[in-house]
Amino acid sequence: MSEAALEVSDLVTSFPGNAGRVRVVDGIGFRVGAGEVLALVGESGCGKTVTALSILRLVPRPGRVEGGRIRLGGRDVLSLGVAEMRRLRGREAAMIFQEPTTSLNPVQTAGSQVVEAIRLHERTSRADARRRTLSLFERVGIADPAECFASHPHELSGGQKQRVMIAMAVALRPRLLIADEPTTALDVTIQAQILELLRELQRELGTAILLITHDLGVVNELADRIAVMYAGRIAEQGGRREVLGDPRHPYTEGLLRAVPSRGRPGEPLAEIPGALPAPDAWPPGCRFWPRCPRVRERCAAEAPGPTDVSPGHRVWCHAVQEDLA
Amino acid sequence: MEAQVWVNGIVAGLLLGLALAAFRLRSNRLWRDAGRELWRRRRLALLVVTAFVAVALCDSIAWVGGGDSGGDDTLARHRPRSLLDRVFPAEFRERSYSAPLAGVEFYGGAPLDHPGMHLLGTDILGRDVLHLTLRGARVALLIGGLTSLIAIPLALLVGVSAGYFGGRLDDAVFFLMSVLASIPSLLLLITLVMVLGRGPVQVCIALGVTSWVAFARVLRGETLKLREQDYVQAARTLGVSELGIVWRHILPNLTHLVVIHFVLLFSGLVLAEAVLAWLGLGIDGSWGQMIDQARDELAREPVVWWNLAAASAALFSLILAFNLVGDAVRDILDPRTAAERS
Repeated sequence: MSEAALEVSDLVTSFPGNAGRVRVVDGIGFRVGAGEVLALVGESGCGKTVTALSILRLVPRPGRVEGGRIRLGGRDVLSLGVAEMRRLRGREAAMIFQEPTTSLNPVQTAGSQVVEAIRLHERTSRADARRRTLSLFERVGIADPAECFASHPHELSGGQKQRVMIAMAVALRPRLLIADEPTTALDVTIQAQILELLRELQRELGTAILLITHDLGVVNELADRIAVMYAGRIAEQGGRREVLGDPRHPYTEGLLRAVPSRGRPGEPLAEIPGALPAPDAWPPGCRFWPRCPRVRERCAAEAPGPTDVSPGHRVWCHAVQEDLA
Repeated sequence: MEAQVWVNGIVAGLLLGLALAAFRLRSNRLWRDAGRELWRRRRLALLVVTAFVAVALCDSIAWVGGGDSGGDDTLARHRPRSLLDRVFPAEFRERSYSAPLAGVEFYGGAPLDHPGMHLLGTDILGRDVLHLTLRGARVALLIGGLTSLIAIPLALLVGVSAGYFGGRLDDAVFFLMSVLASIPSLLLLITLVMVLGRGPVQVCIALGVTSWVAFARVLRGETLKLREQDYVQAARTLGVSELGIVWRHILPNLTHLVVIHFVLLFSGLVLAEAVLAWLGLGIDGSWGQMIDQARDELAREPVVWWNLAAASAALFSLILAFNLVGDAVRDILDPRTAAERS
């Protein structure tokens, strides 16, 4: 396998809480191969976005990355200086946000924002950047690129704005695209189009994508591999088929059961009892045990280590470990 | 005479800057629409403001010699006379008070040099009141413009940096603002004028130093809000530097506040100068000073009213026009009221 686009290991990011610092991301690790799509799945508040921001070293203060290693395109992100880090952003890794409506500057035209993004990293003329922006707009499926170029964000629809955001993010052909819930704020037909676009771009440009979402439908559409996150840790990780087809972790199983299906009409929707606690109230041991149907005595005492259930499919669960033993 | 050239330069520069800013804003669709809306709503007020600006401009272009420069008086011949001065005949003065359009002096009844020509009469020194009033326009614009030019950049610098960078800087700025706010502003103003000395630029600096605080506070709050916006975060993920973000994403989103505040500040400053003039600390030739000098005249018998009336009317109409424009600008640019409109 070629060099990974992104390698994260033992990442710890903490925020100050009432009693000392709270580890919102607690020792997670994953790898996104070149041109691969990894979906980071989990409930709201489980640390997905903080993980993404940690990769770009943009965790809002007073939060900070406390430990671990992040390698982006072969470079150690955590040891870079401020200026080097700035050069890396946008060029090596770019990010797409959930809310296209608020992610564009309202007082500048859509085109000029992309032009500035290009000119930020490349010494090129305005005319050249403009030409590239127009062709990017065409590539991301904007119907009238010239019209869109001169439009202010409030004159564009949500889908168009997300396309502009994507154009801006891929303008410098980054190795890694971090898509933080890229379709959550869009309606369903537009969602499908945007996902299709992301897949096309990923194939065409060979861009790896770290897809952050809580929507398993989106995961199924786009992901090559999946990492399921719960309460700041990874619960299960593996190929899309393995994780969705043969989930092992009780949490993943619960998530999949909770997806409404047309195959079971009229049946009440399954749910995972309880709710994800706030980060400062995360239980000791395995963090899922208070809600887990397969809870053991060990679960509250110690955090489970990884268990390989098949090549590339890992689960962090005492019960699964016992099954295999 | 040096100072005269200085002041001319400042006024010309201000107007040029304003024209440039207007031109730049015109190339932007949002601002062009706002401009049209303003013109639709406040045509008269805008025309009044433009008239004052035109008069001030005419009074700012001055040169020595040429035309009928004033008889044998050597001193007068070497004094620069502005475009406005040249509209009036040279040596257009009497010896003392005369009522509007009168043929004789107000007290005593001696015949005038220019009978029936002083539209608004003459003052105690026999100067034409209409001429003086028109000359006051330039002083008023100088006070409003130059002071805004001092106060607004100061407020932007302090407010934005405190709001954006926060932390210690924010604490320091807040302390400074609280201290300034706790001193009665008139007292501070008088002290500053005393320290800096009297003169147009000095008074403007004093007014500027006392009037930035409120606006800085507004800007700080708005910046606090803006820096959490998604597009600021998005810019960071693209590798834009902190200063780049301030320049490209924070400041452009504060422009409407600057425009609103400039227009509203302007009239307040002209009034503040009138107060200073009343305390004897004003700028020579201002309407405030004219009003101050006219104070005693109201007690005379028969009363000399035209001096006071002319200066007050000029002050009133400029401030009313500016406030009307400012009100409309706020309505148009403020997103909350803009939503109601459309």
